[in-house]
Amino acid sequence: MNGNVYVYILVMAAVTYLIRMLPLTLIRQKIKSTFIKSFLYYVPYVTLAVMTFPAILSATSSPWSGLMGFLTAAFLSYKGKGLIFVSLCACGAVFLLELALV
Amino acid sequence: MKSDPFREWVRGCKNGIPIGLGYLAVSFSFGILALRSGLTVGQSVLISALNLTSAGQFASLSVIAASGSYIELALSQLIINLRYCLMSASLSQKVDRAAPFFHRFFMAFGVTDEIFALSVSTHGPLSPYYTYGQMSVAIPGWTLGTLLGAVAGNVLPPRVLSALGVALYAMFCAIIIPPARKNKVLAVIILCAMGASVAFTFAPLLRDISSGTRVIILTVAIAALAAWLRPVKEEDAP
Repeated sequence: MNGNVYVYILVMAAVTYLIRMLPLTLIRQKIKSTFIKSFLYYVPYVTLAVMTFPAILSATSSPWSGLMGFLTAAFLSYKGKGLIFVSLCACGAVFLLELALV
Repeated sequence: MKSDPFREWVRGCKNGIPIGLGYLAVSFSFGILALRSGLTVGQSVLISALNLTSAGQFASLSVIAASGSYIELALSQLIINLRYCLMSASLSQKVDRAAPFFHRFFMAFGVTDEIFALSVSTHGPLSPYYTYGQMSVAIPGWTLGTLLGAVAGNVLPPRVLSALGVALYAMFCAIIIPPARKNKVLAVIILCAMGASVAFTFAPLLRDISSGTRVIILTVAIAALAAWLRPVKEEDAP
């Protein structure tokens, strides 16, 4: 390691903050275009779907327990359960399946 | 609708608990890895406290360990975290217009995948205090997890760490699935997004694209296509 670690940390922090801050402060008006509004409305759903699957399969020590966590979460979400409940149940399901697998 | 800042803050804290738990687990492994990459405990914690981003931080370790240039580090962070740009743009439309402008500078720091998802899915205009509540749980969780991981990488049994690994993903499901139950367009979009994500993860050539870039490409492409084919009517929009 040659570079100054603190400069590295500062560079990272600055870049990451600017990416987050600029759109939030520069876009002050209500956007009028239906296309852009629709686009921004769909963004979170697409992003979260892309990030969740198939990444969840490699989030645990076995793809099977990851799949179990995903199915549990998907089923309970569909049933309209709350965030914390869904989250804890998915963790619990993974834990139990891994106990059984090994 | 007038919202009480304190109530919003408490609601944010409460809903932020799964985020805090998930962060604790993820940042724990970041702490372990950071130490292995040659950073000190203090430096690892400082990175987490100032950046609050999983993928970006993990990527930074390899650049720092390989003595990469500052430009390389900046570029990698820009690409991996560019999705926050889309999220912030989306949030800019959601923030309560009655709230003083300076809040946006503070809220910006908390734009992570999880906090964004919760903030944007709240009903009606977004009170900055709702986001602050989530940040009050998430930031300590992220920083503390890093500290614990760096100091004592092997206190938690691997089984527990493994189970905690799905916490954040499960929360994502709980955010995107309920609205999709009432809205067929959203359901189709979510299935397409997951299918495309599988293709980008495993198909030759496509799998060489980094996960941060994959999220940007697919988000822009699919959300734009959906917006073009199925524009949102005023009353459906948040």
